[in-house]
Amino acid sequence: MTRFEVVRTGASATGAQPATQRNVSHRSAEANPSAKALQDKFSAAIKRVEVIWAETIVYVDPAAAHEIIRWLHDDQSQQYDFLIDVTAVEYRDAEVPIEVVWHLRSLPYRRFLRIKAQLPKGAPLEIDSLWDIYKSADWLERECYDMFGIRFRGHPDLRRILMWESYKEGYPLRKDFPLRGRFSRSEQLRQALAQNPEARYSMEELTIADAFAELPQDMRERLSKGERTGE
Amino acid sequence: MSKRTVEVELSTSGLDAQGRPQRIPLVTNDGGAAVALQPPPGLEPDLEGEHMLINIGPQHPATHGVLRLVLELDGETVVRCIPHIGYLHCGFEKIGEYRQYNQIICWTDREDYLNSIGNNVAFALGAERLFGIEITERCKVLRVIASELSRIMSHLVWLGTFCIDIGAFTPFLWAFQRREEIYRLIEKWVGARLTTSATRVGGMAADIPSGWMDGLRQFIRTFPHTLDEIDRVLTRNAIWVGRTVGLGVMTPEEAINWGLSGPLLRASGVDYDVRKDFPYLDYETYDFEVPVGTNGDVYDRYLVRFEELRQSLRILQQAADRLPDGPVNIDDPRVILPPKSKATSEMESMIHHFKVVMEGPRPPIGESYVAVESPKGEKGYYMVSDGTAKPVRWRIRPPSFVNLAAIPKMVEGHLLSDVIAINASIDIVMGEIDR
Repeated sequence: MTRFEVVRTGASATGAQPATQRNVSHRSAEANPSAKALQDKFSAAIKRVEVIWAETIVYVDPAAAHEIIRWLHDDQSQQYDFLIDVTAVEYRDAEVPIEVVWHLRSLPYRRFLRIKAQLPKGAPLEIDSLWDIYKSADWLERECYDMFGIRFRGHPDLRRILMWESYKEGYPLRKDFPLRGRFSRSEQLRQALAQNPEARYSMEELTIADAFAELPQDMRERLSKGERTGE
Repeated sequence: MSKRTVEVELSTSGLDAQGRPQRIPLVTNDGGAAVALQPPPGLEPDLEGEHMLINIGPQHPATHGVLRLVLELDGETVVRCIPHIGYLHCGFEKIGEYRQYNQIICWTDREDYLNSIGNNVAFALGAERLFGIEITERCKVLRVIASELSRIMSHLVWLGTFCIDIGAFTPFLWAFQRREEIYRLIEKWVGARLTTSATRVGGMAADIPSGWMDGLRQFIRTFPHTLDEIDRVLTRNAIWVGRTVGLGVMTPEEAINWGLSGPLLRASGVDYDVRKDFPYLDYETYDFEVPVGTNGDVYDRYLVRFEELRQSLRILQQAADRLPDGPVNIDDPRVILPPKSKATSEMESMIHHFKVVMEGPRPPIGESYVAVESPKGEKGYYMVSDGTAKPVRWRIRPPSFVNLAAIPKMVEGHLLSDVIAINASIDIVMGEIDR
């Protein structure tokens, strides 16, 4: 087995061997140095920085989120090269805006950063996609769109991923969505039986498949304009 | 093919007058008499440049669950692959918003069901950070044992099914035999095999029974023998190597950019392991090494996972040696249930019991993301609390989901039969992908 070796990790990182966090303080832990760098670089677009349970949260202006994360990815002193997760949080309080949450990790510097952008309710939920920076954003953003209805501008193939394309009940993880779904059990069953799963094979097929008429309006428009899909 | 056609075929001798092998004629049953079908010359359809759409799954043993792959083929080469998921979607994250933290632990069993006890540990760690709880030393070591046992279980299932997919049957039986032993150990400990729900916020559901460590030591002693056997059968096997080398290659840059984690990322040569780089449960005090591949192909993923089995055994041995005495649960009646004997005899304990069960422990306002190294990769639980007993948001960061997203990239340009090998090398669990 000459082409395979066992190595210790963390060799590329500077500094001491990391250790399990102990007795983490609720609010008074030290912030990630990247937060300071972000405040210096994008002072206007950084709303505030919070540290909760030793995890740094940077609230950014939604319009500047893409530019900020692009900088975090490209800058040699940050190198946040690993996008762990894209998700959203809706609070039980209807006044509080929906938050889009990105979890970023810098493998070379062994850092973890949470970026949040607040999208006020009432306005259309839209934000720039990170697909051009991280390919992992592809399915994660699709899931976020599927569950919360947040549209990611610039995503090449933004369609539902866990629910089916013609799902009519809305966005399941929104707080105004009841736990059992919007429709009654009998209506859900009726719709499920009326589905024709064989009618769809791929996006290109969809334009000619029987199921095309059942697609949401915006998707039919995008397809009829000849939009290519991301695969 | 009608009965008559079969009879005609069987009646031909297979040899012509000169004794050379004869092609069995294409025949059809036309009014009782067999008529040979001869395609007119020059009318063979020209298939050059013609693409074929083929559908694998959702009900297919090699897709490891209800995964559906739509493949566009040029001849036998994959031009495009479109995965369809969501057949197993149960809305775990939505349900979690209506459950107390200890009740959510039962849902974590069912998501990555090959690693259920590891998920329990991961969720409890996330909730404990949210509560600001520091668990006891004994609990930490027990959780390390649980995590590594479940890593071995998950890798054994992966190894067995991977062998089946490629056409080797015997290692599957060896792997599942040993996995059964771990299941017996787990069953002795928590009473369940698959849906363990072994942890609680602040501790474990149960301490290990007396004599349990002997069973574990027995397993640690005998398991390397099985590993050596499987190693001898597979690692240098020409068929095995021929079916796996050079398939589904991801370069280190691509692997990071596509968000791969776990053995897939390490097979590509990136030395990132959550246990080493962002340690939890005192993993930094255990002496183990992390295997890193060089080529990022299916064969390297096999080697990495295989070596991880041996490293997990090392961790288990150290954990078994250092297991300290003392309490498993923290001493905090707001979070931990009192012993049953006290709850039925002491007033104060009964009140605590009632409050923990009916109201549930309440964390302070805040949020936490805790990642662990699950067998599939970086598994994280992100929880947001508004101070009530139920989370505002409970998010699973599913490693299989992100790893599977790269399958269109991995299979492009490979043969149809290699799609099965590449898909098996990702080690997906649909319960975790669809949640």
